Amino acid sequence: MPAKNDKLTPEQKKYQEFAKARETKRPIVKNCFRAFWVGGLICTLGQAISVFFVKYFNFTEENAGNPTSAVLILLSVILTGLGVYDHIAQYAGAGTAVPITGFANTVASAAIEHKSEGYVLGVGGNMFKIAGPVIAFGVVSAFAVAIIKLTLKAMGVI
Amino acid sequence: MLTGKQTWVYDKQPVIISSAAVGGPFEAQGNLAQDFDILNDDIWMGQKSFEKAEKKLLEQACETAISKAGLQKEDIQFFISGDLINQIVPSSFTARTLSIPYFGIYGACSSSMEGLALAALFISSGFASKVLVGTSSHNAAAEKQYRYPTEYGAQKPPTAQWTVTGAGAALLSDSGTGPRVVAATIGRVVDMGTSDPFNMGAAMAPAAVDTLETHFRELGVDASHYDIIATGDLGKLGHRIASDLLTQRGIDIPSDKFTDCGMLVYKPDQPVFSGGSGCACAAVVTFGHFMNRLKKGELKRILVIATGALLSPMSYQQKETIPCIAHAVAIEA
Repeated sequence: MPAKNDKLTPEQKKYQEFAKARETKRPIVKNCFRAFWVGGLICTLGQAISVFFVKYFNFTEENAGNPTSAVLILLSVILTGLGVYDHIAQYAGAGTAVPITGFANTVASAAIEHKSEGYVLGVGGNMFKIAGPVIAFGVVSAFAVAIIKLTLKAMGVI
Repeated sequence: MLTGKQTWVYDKQPVIISSAAVGGPFEAQGNLAQDFDILNDDIWMGQKSFEKAEKKLLEQACETAISKAGLQKEDIQFFISGDLINQIVPSSFTARTLSIPYFGIYGACSSSMEGLALAALFISSGFASKVLVGTSSHNAAAEKQYRYPTEYGAQKPPTAQWTVTGAGAALLSDSGTGPRVVAATIGRVVDMGTSDPFNMGAAMAPAAVDTLETHFRELGVDASHYDIIATGDLGKLGHRIASDLLTQRGIDIPSDKFTDCGMLVYKPDQPVFSGGSGCACAAVVTFGHFMNRLKKGELKRILVIATGALLSPMSYQQKETIPCIAHAVAIEA
């Protein structure tokens, strides 16, 4: 995340351009391709698990999402605990970050990392270190969307 | 003796009577594995936390350097050390173990040469006869300190670097045999506006160039004076930038002479992005690899410019740019 360029002196700006010209760029096309196939694979797996719950455990298509998420979370946490998830993520990028597995990884990795500071202040205090902002802003934006929906309903638009 | 504005030429040249480099399992697979005194096969070092593991590494390096010199810790007057962890606890806790009067320093990854320059000053001035200097870094502890939890799946860009798990120590004396510390140029803080903590090479390159240029000017020497000129941890990208900056300023260093510890420490097939980094990077390469080559006679004169990025996780979040520093120390066989 580069700082706002306008705060820099002309000399600093010149250097930033000089350095940028020599930088190895993020391979965006390659990263997108990898994110696409790994992310797609995770979603396909999720779909398969969902079908499995519908077929063998009498879930409906509406409520099979809950146990499916739980299974994916469990898999992600196990892979995080085994120290594998971050290596897959370096390859897959957004492909492993966007699905629910990425969210589970943020919580599990922080919990493991801070276990050395104890269960209360370490694990408890830090496990939402990365996931916390997602939850906070997720709830705020959900609230805003709900207000819009209610207003539209009251107006009879939807 | 002060030469110019920021260069010390040591009147009585301190001797590095022994040095030690220790590393972890990833370093054992690296390019310089044969130059380490101890290679640990567990990044936890049998400890309960990465911070304790780092302290263990530093203790190993210090104890090895002392025993290689055939001395006891009581024979040493001062211990100078720094690292990257909050309040430099690995250094201070090692000082507790060693029970040697201690100076804790913080120069980020430039700590090795900052410590060496100061230790040499103590000896040269006659204020000490034996000084131990050490520094350490631990990959997982540094990730925890500066970035994300180690197991967190964040994709790193190609400009990122890999913190070396290891520690280096050198024991300086007013007498004895070994490579001698000849001169040091103390760097000033240079900030060229880089703010991306995953691009330390670009942030630190101008500081390295500034110190190097000053060193040459104040001593009246050029690149031909040295067999090797090595920056601390600029990585491939920072090295490329530093080389081009030097060319731009009319300073010519042959490419076989100008290198970077972060490019030397790992093998090309190891996934370290732009290269190695961390306090231990310059320390293990200098106190391990270069010392061995100096002793074997393969090198006569070397200049190590350890580079440090003086940011904190908080300064980065507050959108500050990254101030950087570089200290150069000249060592002769």
